[in-house]
Amino acid sequence: MSTSAPFHFAPQAVAEEVTEIKRSALGTALEFCRRQPVGTLGMVLVLIIAVNGLGAEWIAPYNPTSNDFAAMTEAPSRTHLLGTDQLGRDIFSRIVFGARTALIVGFSSAIVGGFAGLVLGVASAYFGGRIDLIMQRFMDILMAFPLIIMALAIVSIFGTGVHNVIAAITIPLIPRCARVVRASALPIREVPYVDAARACGFGHTRIILRHMVPNVMAPFLIMLTAFVGQAILAEASLSYLGLGVQEPVPAWGLMLQGGAEEYATTAPWIAVFPGLAIMLTVFGFNLFGDALRDALDPKLRDR
Amino acid sequence: MYSYIAKRVLMTIPTLIGAAALVFILMRLIPGDVCVVRLGSGGGSFSEHSVQMCHAELGINRPMIVQFADFVWGLFTLNLGNSMWSGKPVVLEIATRLPISIEIALLAAVVAIVVAIPLGTISALKQNTWLDLVVRTAAIAGIATPSFWLGILSIVLVLNVTQAITGSPWMPPIEYVPLWKDPIRNLSMTLLPAITVGYRYAAVSMRMTRSTMLEVMREDYIRTARAKGLLRRIIINRHALKNALLPVVTLLGIEFAFLIGGLVVTEQVFNLNGIGRLFVLAVQNQDYTLTQALVMLVVAIFVFTNLVVDLTYAWLDPRIRFA
Repeated sequence: MSTSAPFHFAPQAVAEEVTEIKRSALGTALEFCRRQPVGTLGMVLVLIIAVNGLGAEWIAPYNPTSNDFAAMTEAPSRTHLLGTDQLGRDIFSRIVFGARTALIVGFSSAIVGGFAGLVLGVASAYFGGRIDLIMQRFMDILMAFPLIIMALAIVSIFGTGVHNVIAAITIPLIPRCARVVRASALPIREVPYVDAARACGFGHTRIILRHMVPNVMAPFLIMLTAFVGQAILAEASLSYLGLGVQEPVPAWGLMLQGGAEEYATTAPWIAVFPGLAIMLTVFGFNLFGDALRDALDPKLRDR
Repeated sequence: MYSYIAKRVLMTIPTLIGAAALVFILMRLIPGDVCVVRLGSGGGSFSEHSVQMCHAELGINRPMIVQFADFVWGLFTLNLGNSMWSGKPVVLEIATRLPISIEIALLAAVVAIVVAIPLGTISALKQNTWLDLVVRTAAIAGIATPSFWLGILSIVLVLNVTQAITGSPWMPPIEYVPLWKDPIRNLSMTLLPAITVGYRYAAVSMRMTRSTMLEVMREDYIRTARAKGLLRRIIINRHALKNALLPVVTLLGIEFAFLIGGLVVTEQVFNLNGIGRLFVLAVQNQDYTLTQALVMLVVAIFVFTNLVVDLTYAWLDPRIRFA
């Protein structure tokens, strides 16, 4: 049973494929779309969110933080596409700006946590022996904390706000990444070219970065996309609890916090749209990640 | 088998001690003096003497190693000090709120497993049909949907539907009654949270069941079983499912911790007075004694469920049992 090592892949095979097929980036993207229609849907969703996040100032019709007390809890209409909340703020604009917050937190946590995990995982596999053992026991301990619990504990220490939330989500992601990366780096350690590199007298850093890291890129990238989704979900949960991003920064979790239940019968759109935004974003990253897995790791296809 | 059990049980001890050390260190990373924060939270001034009194009360004027030994000993003897907010013993605060959380977690797990395993199996057997597509979409949506949003939506739905039917919106009871005393009242409180928090649990188990089932159905022994003319039902139940469920069991154990994490948010949505809500309150009030006790509780639950999973695994898989 290889439950601990879901990503096996033969580095030689990949090397052959790379020399065999040399396509332009655009060609690769088109091929991906043709083979992975569902993944393309995910990619499109991610792109839509990214465009919203990047160009929030130009896309949002209203200021996300300005109140219009003449138009409180207004139903979706032509003036307010998705209605307004209990403070008269335009929900559509807040969702557009919320995309930025979600992406900042999602990408920073996933990238920082992912790279830290990548280095730790590969190093753990490369050095092996006692270092590996100690590192793995330490990761075991970290993994015993569910993500949201660890994040809340960290928030309780450092306080709320965007930067602390990023730190709180990044730290629990590290062991999760290191685990998977280590599992796929272990077989690569035994590959002759790593011995060859060692025989050439290359330093540890060089062997790890130049010879081992590129070979665990496939599982790493797949995990990175999953992490972005997880981090966005975690951020939304923290913000919903009032322990994440703070007002007046527009964040999806925060939008669900105040009046969502209070106005359930009179203004249900307050509860519906921000959650839909979270769901579609995470959905997009998951679909894209799944398709990426199929494309990069043929062994796991059809699963 | 016994040596395996003993080894596995012993392995939990370093993890638990390590986790305790981590929690201990984390809680001491709090910038500034806990006592100053605590005394100053009211906005009033306080004397140097009262800060020292507070230090002595919390025992943080003693050497670190003594404090840590004390903390670990407290974990064993269930003496974790008093809540810094309410002043009541931490163990008491947790014990009064534990039943409802445990009930929801177990209910969610049961509902999820009962739904997920059959659906995952059917989805694998009918691969690439519309049924498979529906199940897969539902599963991937389950992973993407925040449980608290699902909770909010279900509340919005219930409120609107009951208002449309009866004229006034129905609210679930607020006070918890045990299941055996008043099952209807109890379930009207716990079922909806259990379903919302269990959706993700069901979704991941469904995906895992489907993928392992697909893998197992391609094995040689399944072909052999089919060739010798066994009934399809027997092949699936006795030959395929038994092997396919092994990784699912592992996943169920790991995801149970997620379920507990999900409770933190779900209890907030449904206004349930469980340990998840207590945890949020502890963090909001900067109640460090309570926070560290609750974190340790969750870690202990995680370590324990994983122990149970590994032992179940050994029981199911003779290769581990006799290794």
